[in-house]
Amino acid sequence: MRYFLQRIAFYLFTAWAAITLNFFIPRLVPGDPVQSLIAKYRGQLSSEAIQSLYVLFGLDKQESLWQQYLDYWKQIFQGDLGLSFTFFPAPVSQVISQALPWTVLLVGITTIISFLLGTGLGVLAGWRRGSWADGLLPVTTFFSSVPYFWLGIIAIYLLAGPGSFFPSSGGFDSGLVPAWDQYFIPSAIQHSLLPALTILISSVSGWILSMRNMMVTVASEDYITVAHAKGLSERRVAVSYAARNALLPNVSGFALSLGFIVGGTLLVEIVFSYPGLGFTLLQALGAKDYPLMQGIFLVITISVLVANLLADVAYLLLDPRTRKEG
Amino acid sequence: MSEPVLEIRNLDVDYGLGDRAVHAVRDVSLTLHRGEVLGLAGESGSGKSTLAYGLTRLLPPPGVITGGQVIYHPEKDSPYDVLALSDRKLREFRWAETAIVFQGAMNSLNPVHKISTQLTDVLRAHDPAMSEHSRNARAREMLKLVGISPDRMDAYPHQLSGGMRQRVMIGMALILQPQVVIMDEPTTALDVVMQRQILGQLIELRERLGFSVIFITHDLSLLVEFSNRIAIMYGGRIVEEAPASTIYRNALHPYSEGLLGSFPALRGPKRELAGIPGSPPDLAGMPSGCSFHPRCPKAFDPCPTTVPVLGPPADANAAGRTVACWLHPALENR
Repeated sequence: MRYFLQRIAFYLFTAWAAITLNFFIPRLVPGDPVQSLIAKYRGQLSSEAIQSLYVLFGLDKQESLWQQYLDYWKQIFQGDLGLSFTFFPAPVSQVISQALPWTVLLVGITTIISFLLGTGLGVLAGWRRGSWADGLLPVTTFFSSVPYFWLGIIAIYLLAGPGSFFPSSGGFDSGLVPAWDQYFIPSAIQHSLLPALTILISSVSGWILSMRNMMVTVASEDYITVAHAKGLSERRVAVSYAARNALLPNVSGFALSLGFIVGGTLLVEIVFSYPGLGFTLLQALGAKDYPLMQGIFLVITISVLVANLLADVAYLLLDPRTRKEG
Repeated sequence: MSEPVLEIRNLDVDYGLGDRAVHAVRDVSLTLHRGEVLGLAGESGSGKSTLAYGLTRLLPPPGVITGGQVIYHPEKDSPYDVLALSDRKLREFRWAETAIVFQGAMNSLNPVHKISTQLTDVLRAHDPAMSEHSRNARAREMLKLVGISPDRMDAYPHQLSGGMRQRVMIGMALILQPQVVIMDEPTTALDVVMQRQILGQLIELRERLGFSVIFITHDLSLLVEFSNRIAIMYGGRIVEEAPASTIYRNALHPYSEGLLGSFPALRGPKRELAGIPGSPPDLAGMPSGCSFHPRCPKAFDPCPTTVPVLGPPADANAAGRTVACWLHPALENR
């Protein structure tokens, strides 16, 4: 328990450091978001409007950096991340909350499927060396060495196009309004198939490979021989003795990969013009949209930290050796 | 002598296949009698552990049994060949008839399961009808038997000391009341005080429960004290087999003499300790004839050319002993 509290304190500190960096970095970058907004409106803004924009974005030069920093924290705790420039006048929190579910559902579900599938195949490949499952390895390793955005482009080129079942871009048919109904959900699923497949194919081999290698390592442990000698069923030895021990590194890897769900598949979303967080980040970057960038970085930071915490908890649950008494 | 419980007949074990196979165990015949402790001694690489894994069919790949039989005599039924059992029958045979205590006291327990789980899963596998309550009761009973407080049932292996873990393994080995317990260097990872304690306890348990033991070690001094009969292995073959006291007092094979000369006696006159010159043979390139001849101080004409047959020596008092050496040729050799 003490260990756990130490971890939490550590993560709180990391969160503070990350959020502070998140505050300073955009302010150190040359260039000015209001200028880019002025450029966007092609000089049709009056000087009063420009001044009020500076105030609105908290960029009026009267406030000291320290004061801005304090205001920034206050806003974060109120869930107010400022206004987006690109989607002006929508608040950043609203832009993010629209984009986030797309990413979380697409990449989240794909990551879970990839982990389960890869780990399962890895157990088979490692336990029955030289079987058909082992033969999968070169194929999956080949696909994982191909950059996944390139895989996405190839997938669009080969499978999508006029008249194809697979749409080449977007998250749903343009004629539909996002809602939980029988028109929208099938369309959303249909649109997510290609990006999901791309991510799955490129990520599954990592899980297979690491699980297989751990299985092979664990299979030569003494307790595996003991389990065989005890006359336990092959299945029990493979699952409860071998896989249970081999799983440990993979589970922490999985927890960590959950943290990269939010920010890790930027390129897939860009290739497929998928309305997720990565695509939004691209737009924010193009428009020097500081508040939106900060907001997205904040979400990414928090999700990585939460995933780390999850990894710690998973390890505590799975490996009794990491639990300390008292 | 009492009736046999396990008969190894002409067992051959190779590592690898074809021409490049390494013959780790060659033509070994050995009989374990009911209630006896049979010691198996030899240097590292002499094939003693391979023999133990071979007779329970636990050889890790690329180990293959290329010949021989292992005849097991159950208490009531008729004897059968372990090497010919189907996978299902083999699983039933394992642990219930022949349990093993392995060398690695530290690594024999699964680190992620409580010892209660590891004690009871073997009961569940062999007797699915047994209730959870009686499984737990049996596990507690076994812990008590090996001198561990039953409230350590919920401990994980890393919470136990090396000695306690090896006791748990011994308790686990006895949980199904097997006829044969194979001890593969059960105390190598422990300090000498703990070794003595655990072995003493084991011998006491054996007297109480009446199982037979195959005790594998390179420590001949332990065997002289704890076993009834000793078989000495060299280069995958048994070179001498005799009652423990006979070997100790009057070893015939020069290799056995060498092993006995390499540890000090506790009582009696001081004597010069002597090692065996050279190193154990490379199993892939075994010397011709008697494989010990390049290191043997007494080697003479027939040794490099012809393999001596294991048999009762014609010259010495041959009561219950066999040796494979040209100095003491067996009747069949002549």
